[in-house]
Amino acid sequence: MDAHIKYRIGKSSAFQIVTILFAAACVVPLLAILYYIISAGISKVDWNFITNVEKPVGEVGGGIAHALVGSMLIILGASVIAIPLGILCGIFLSENKKSRLAYWSRLSVDILQGVPSIVIGIVAYIWIVKPLGYSAISGSIALSIMMLPIIIRSTEETLKMLPDSLREAAFALGVPFHRVILKVIVPCGISGILSGVMLSIARIAGETAPLLFTAFGYQFLSTNMAKPMETLPHLIFKYAITPYKDWQDLAWGASCILLLWVLLLNIFTKLITRRWKVQL
Amino acid sequence: METLVDNDLIARPDESLGRAFSAPKPKDAAKASKRIKRSHRQIRTETFFRRSLIIVGLLMVALVFAIMLTLIVESIPSIKALGAGYLWGKTWDPVKDVYGALPFLMGTLLTSFLALLISVPFSFAVAIVLGEYYPQGWLSNLLKNMVELIAAVPSVIYGFWGLAVLVPIVRTFETSLGVPPMGYGIFSSSLILAIMIIPYAASLGRSMIQMVPANLKEAAYSLGATRWEVIRSVILPYTKSGLFAGVLLSLGRALGETMAVTMVIGNTTLMPNGIFSTGNTMASVIANELGEADKVVYNSALVELGLVLFLVTVVINMIGKKVIGKFTNE
Amino acid sequence: MESTIVKSVDYNAYFGDNHVVKNVNIEIPKNNVVAVMGPSGCGKTTFLRGINRMHELIPGATAKGKILLNGEDVMEMHPIFVRLKIGMVFQRPNPFPNLSIYDNVIAGYKLNGIKLPKAEKDRIVEHSLTRVALWKEVKDSLTKKGSFLSGGQQQRLCIARAVAMEPEVLLFDEPTSALDPISTSTVEELFHELKKNYTLIIVTHNMQQAARVSDKTAFFYMGELVEYDNTKKMFTNPSDIRTQNYITGRFS
Repeated sequence: MDAHIKYRIGKSSAFQIVTILFAAACVVPLLAILYYIISAGISKVDWNFITNVEKPVGEVGGGIAHALVGSMLIILGASVIAIPLGILCGIFLSENKKSRLAYWSRLSVDILQGVPSIVIGIVAYIWIVKPLGYSAISGSIALSIMMLPIIIRSTEETLKMLPDSLREAAFALGVPFHRVILKVIVPCGISGILSGVMLSIARIAGETAPLLFTAFGYQFLSTNMAKPMETLPHLIFKYAITPYKDWQDLAWGASCILLLWVLLLNIFTKLITRRWKVQL
Repeated sequence: METLVDNDLIARPDESLGRAFSAPKPKDAAKASKRIKRSHRQIRTETFFRRSLIIVGLLMVALVFAIMLTLIVESIPSIKALGAGYLWGKTWDPVKDVYGALPFLMGTLLTSFLALLISVPFSFAVAIVLGEYYPQGWLSNLLKNMVELIAAVPSVIYGFWGLAVLVPIVRTFETSLGVPPMGYGIFSSSLILAIMIIPYAASLGRSMIQMVPANLKEAAYSLGATRWEVIRSVILPYTKSGLFAGVLLSLGRALGETMAVTMVIGNTTLMPNGIFSTGNTMASVIANELGEADKVVYNSALVELGLVLFLVTVVINMIGKKVIGKFTNE
Repeated sequence: MESTIVKSVDYNAYFGDNHVVKNVNIEIPKNNVVAVMGPSGCGKTTFLRGINRMHELIPGATAKGKILLNGEDVMEMHPIFVRLKIGMVFQRPNPFPNLSIYDNVIAGYKLNGIKLPKAEKDRIVEHSLTRVALWKEVKDSLTKKGSFLSGGQQQRLCIARAVAMEPEVLLFDEPTSALDPISTSTVEELFHELKKNYTLIIVTHNMQQAARVSDKTAFFYMGELVEYDNTKKMFTNPSDIRTQNYITGRFS
């Protein structure tokens, strides 16, 4: 009997150790990737790298300025479309918990969240590129569709958590609906809304698939949103699959910058969420 | 009792506005009339705001419909020209106008399920460690944040790392096994995918495990159960639908993942003949060929792949959400 | 001489198909404190929220009948006008957590977008806080957030917020049920001060409170107004058996 209990306790501990080992093992590839990308990339990053544009194979001193500018412009374009729409839709869903339109709207957002990015790319290609040709703005539109569900969901979840007494206090002062929302509800939930916005930006900053046949890529610096434009993730893809070492080095440097950018956005989001939280 | 829009959002009738404040005291008259003017403007803005909210809500429904409709309409040329045989045709040769999608369906299924097989033990381990063994403390916080970071790394970076680091390792491994040492292929793709999808099942599983009522666990402990026995006989049975939903979400991610797979799968259009073979997934073939597909049927055949991908992921995600919804209601 | 300020005529309120306030007719005289009491679920709070049209903010809630404010039917006015004239204080103190104490007092102006000169704002803040006996306690911490105050102080801040709009009527929905005894007595003392300038309607669970603070008392039971009379008469010689049962504690 005693031996049996010992056996069971031993089995329990063994399982615990194995589980912890498996869980810890998940971190290994992440650390390996972070280490590899940063150590391979950081040495390629210098002033020329950030300020120059693509040079032909064999010429040294190529840079990724065109992709940095392009990424920022396309993300900016996507944000301009997605942030107001996303926050408004989040408000709509949190204010209408039971209506039929809200049900369908919520279902649509759920569906949108699961759609693979390449499919969004196809749709943007059909809608905009087929009639008008490759353009940065078509990339922005594709990315904005990917941002929407993230912003909507976090806005809705945040605003739903706010107590009803807050809205009532404002309504009782004769404050009109739009001001109750914009001056009381949104400021009180600002940390959650902002974190959704930042997460959505972090998410699309690394997206490549929807840009393959929308923003397409371009070897020069361009700020014309109606023309093709290079982006950081697309540049990495393009250079990574070439056999030329110079270009692969550029891709390492670019990966390093993209990775740091995305990680910083994620960390920054966590900090902002904590700092800006309104104490209820 | 269902209304299209909640009461609160239906604009109030405006004809009553004129009657408000009809008898202000003489000394406040100027002030009051100013107030009334401003308030009338406020009321118009309020109505406008309520309507904008409804329009934005409608817009989301319209967007999803538009996406689905676009994919269906653009697939019609391919459906007409190729029929249902498209889905089990084994040859994909755009030059000869032969389009069979089976190799890509197989590629997607093989990579996704292999990835799932590899990642599930790790996801569940993370879920159990964070949900049951160490729900608090800085070390588990660190683990939680690290696992979330796995989802944050851009897929093109996974692809590039896979290309530079993983493919050579797999090649050595294949040499030692005695299969053709390609490095690229289904196996490498599955490994990359397995890493990428860990966080989805892990974070959902963790929150499900944390929702197990303490009194259930305590009942088992009070009967002398060990920790492992509590996990096996209380926690896992209680959370099994939630864990299943997490696996579905991971699967949805794996099916649609594009860039990392495109970079390491080898991009051949032949039928894969094993897990070390090269191949293509639905997503990767779209990524490779849509931009240069100049023929109508060719283009449409690729869009049809997108439609299949869309429908499959929607169904999987919907089942996942339904299961979660059921679980959290109980 | 007493003039009527609020009068309800056949007022009915519903949640969906649930008829919670039935044919209430009541006249509230100006500068009085009227207590509304009754067991839980008797419709007293719903009736109170009907007076400034807060009731219909709840999805599925509807109302019929008339509520006259100085002879004008508030059901025909836009709710915004109604609520500017009829202030409300809630069961739980609910200062705006994103605003300072100062901004909380003038929240009605701020949130409505009414621009006031700084001096005017200062005057309103000091005046309103003095009226609720809070000025001395908070005058040095006006820039702090309202949520730093104690529960009783928060509730007085909420009263100051309502008073700052210079309404004609103040509605109180069980204003002391979330407060400790000392805060409760401070708030009750305020009622005597406030009735000089405003008309107060107070929903309360607490019979002693109704007896202490009010001039008139209304007793609601099962959605009906059973009895409405001078407080003294109500507590010494109620005319309805249900009122008598309630105040003698035979049901609650």
